[in-house]
Amino acid sequence: MKRIDHAEASSHFIAETEHEAFHDRRLWDLRQKRDRESQTIPEWQALRDLASAIKEHTLTHLAGYLEQFEAKAKANGVQVHWALDAEEHNRIVHDILAARAVRTLVKSKSMLTEECELRPYLERRGIEVVETDLGERIQQLDDEPPSHIVVPAVHKLRGDVADVFTRTLGTDALNDDPHYLSEQQRVKTRPYFLKAEAGMTGGNFAVAETGGVVVCTNEGNADLSANVPPLFIASVGIEKLVPRLADLAVFVRLLSRSALGSPITQYTSHFRSPRDGGEMHIVLVDNGRAERLGMEKFWTSLKCIRCGACMNTCPVYRRSGGLSYGAVYSGPIGIILNPTHDLRKYSSLPFASTLNGSCTNVCPVKINIHEQIYHWRRIIAEHNQLPFVKKAAMKMAGRLLASPKMYRRSINVTDAAIEHLPRFLLYSRFNAWGRQREVPATPDQTFHAWYLKNRRMDGKTPS
Amino acid sequence: MSSRDMILEAVQRNQPPAAPLPEVPLFDDAAEPPLPRFKASLERMGGKLAEPSADADLAAWVAERYSGLRVLCSAVPEIAGTRRIEAAQAPKELEDVELAITRAAFAVAETGSIYLSERELIVNALGYLTQHLLVLLDPADIVGNLHHAFARPEFAEARYSVLMSGPSATADIEGVLIHGAQGVRSLTVALVAK
Repeated sequence: MKRIDHAEASSHFIAETEHEAFHDRRLWDLRQKRDRESQTIPEWQALRDLASAIKEHTLTHLAGYLEQFEAKAKANGVQVHWALDAEEHNRIVHDILAARAVRTLVKSKSMLTEECELRPYLERRGIEVVETDLGERIQQLDDEPPSHIVVPAVHKLRGDVADVFTRTLGTDALNDDPHYLSEQQRVKTRPYFLKAEAGMTGGNFAVAETGGVVVCTNEGNADLSANVPPLFIASVGIEKLVPRLADLAVFVRLLSRSALGSPITQYTSHFRSPRDGGEMHIVLVDNGRAERLGMEKFWTSLKCIRCGACMNTCPVYRRSGGLSYGAVYSGPIGIILNPTHDLRKYSSLPFASTLNGSCTNVCPVKINIHEQIYHWRRIIAEHNQLPFVKKAAMKMAGRLLASPKMYRRSINVTDAAIEHLPRFLLYSRFNAWGRQREVPATPDQTFHAWYLKNRRMDGKTPS
Repeated sequence: MSSRDMILEAVQRNQPPAAPLPEVPLFDDAAEPPLPRFKASLERMGGKLAEPSADADLAAWVAERYSGLRVLCSAVPEIAGTRRIEAAQAPKELEDVELAITRAAFAVAETGSIYLSERELIVNALGYLTQHLLVLLDPADIVGNLHHAFARPEFAEARYSVLMSGPSATADIEGVLIHGAQGVRSLTVALVAK
């Protein structure tokens, strides 16, 4: 498969200066809301510790919890299916729908079904699939994947949405008021809830002790999808298990606070058993998760609860946009999830990071994201997947950094160069650091020179 | 070998060394009176709190508060409405409901949430197809935080449970907060003792 070139792809997003500036601001605003909200909870850090420990316990006992969950769900009257991979997941869902002659499926947002590419699979087989989350619907109508796991159309401005809706829903081309656009989507989606023969959701959590699937949403579309049509299917990744309702409380307290800075999602729904006259199915999906569980450096990425906090805080994500990652999962979490699926295709992603560690600091389940990004870089280098320019630059840097003398001489030269070189040379295609940003002013003195002057009175050069 | 067995076998084989399951405390913050906190949280989530006087005629109170609405579907004995939820045969029949009335089993002060299940809604879709939702709540039924909420027996007993926190909402276009996304446009919690 073709390699994703993150830097090249992001250059298109960066060229749209208005979009880039808004995107950066909007996501940083979410990060700040998260900070304010978390500071109102005295036990916030204790909750993060608990969440991490509960997930690690569950993942290290996952087979047992999956069996417990299945037994409970079956006893509740739910039909449980197991899918090894995306293909089997799609086949199972299609078989359920086809056997009941379903023509229209309403669905709430699910990253797992994105991962499995369920929508095109069903559409090719003649089933109409309607995404009902506003952001996801915008992306569906624009034939684009979601660019963020929580706010799928965050890279679009109101004018873009108005264009998409005018083109696809026939809305007023001159009206780009978000209230108008949201209302139009509400009115145009409602008939689908009433006519659809089946509804589908993903699952944020699956509780082993109850056999229930928990879905956290704001728009009410998941509860409409699950409660109006006679048939309900929930697709759930096997890593979404938590042992008990007591554990669920910890995650519900963390999820929306980390994602959007709100105390909870408007709807936190627990689907345990089909309603009278209804039918309920749960599809448990592996698709590479069991294999990742065996990867010593990377298995803790399975703790992820898909809040998106790492994306909102990441300076690279905020400025490059989710679509530039060319993958279902973008941002820091995407960087560590995607290479397990296809190392070559996603080999540029681990370099889309400053390794500043902010992602790790905000992660509600304490995944060491930036360390895993670094480990992926090593693996990519070992597998000889570094692009030539990067390799040559690294070799040069390695030589330079290994020799203090050479390093100091080059710093002096570089500082002088930044100060004195004309702009057309400094911001040329030869200097990647001068692209899309101003090179910072150089300090008057290097730390080494300062140290010699202020701390080493004996005048000896430190070795 | 079935996919189920292959998945379980692979998981078993790859499970890292066992980590212990921690006990989850209830993080009691008993000092704070639950009602003011519930009110603040509910309003933060976009919901409204109403306190009809104890001797008020509830039906008249509803008629005045929602004077423009014609289809009132009730699931509570205190208020008749124009239609009884027990009469509904299928969820779709509720699409023209303008106001739905039910009673919460309990509420959560920390998040301003109310708990509903098929026992309170009778038809689950009632809580979502209606344009507006009025929920009665006994002020004695407010728990402090989500730990206490999930410790209640309802979640293990009901087929469908929801913690509903304000009306439906979206901020998917430029972060502009809009109430009345796909579900109810407004949610009012009225304090009415059982």
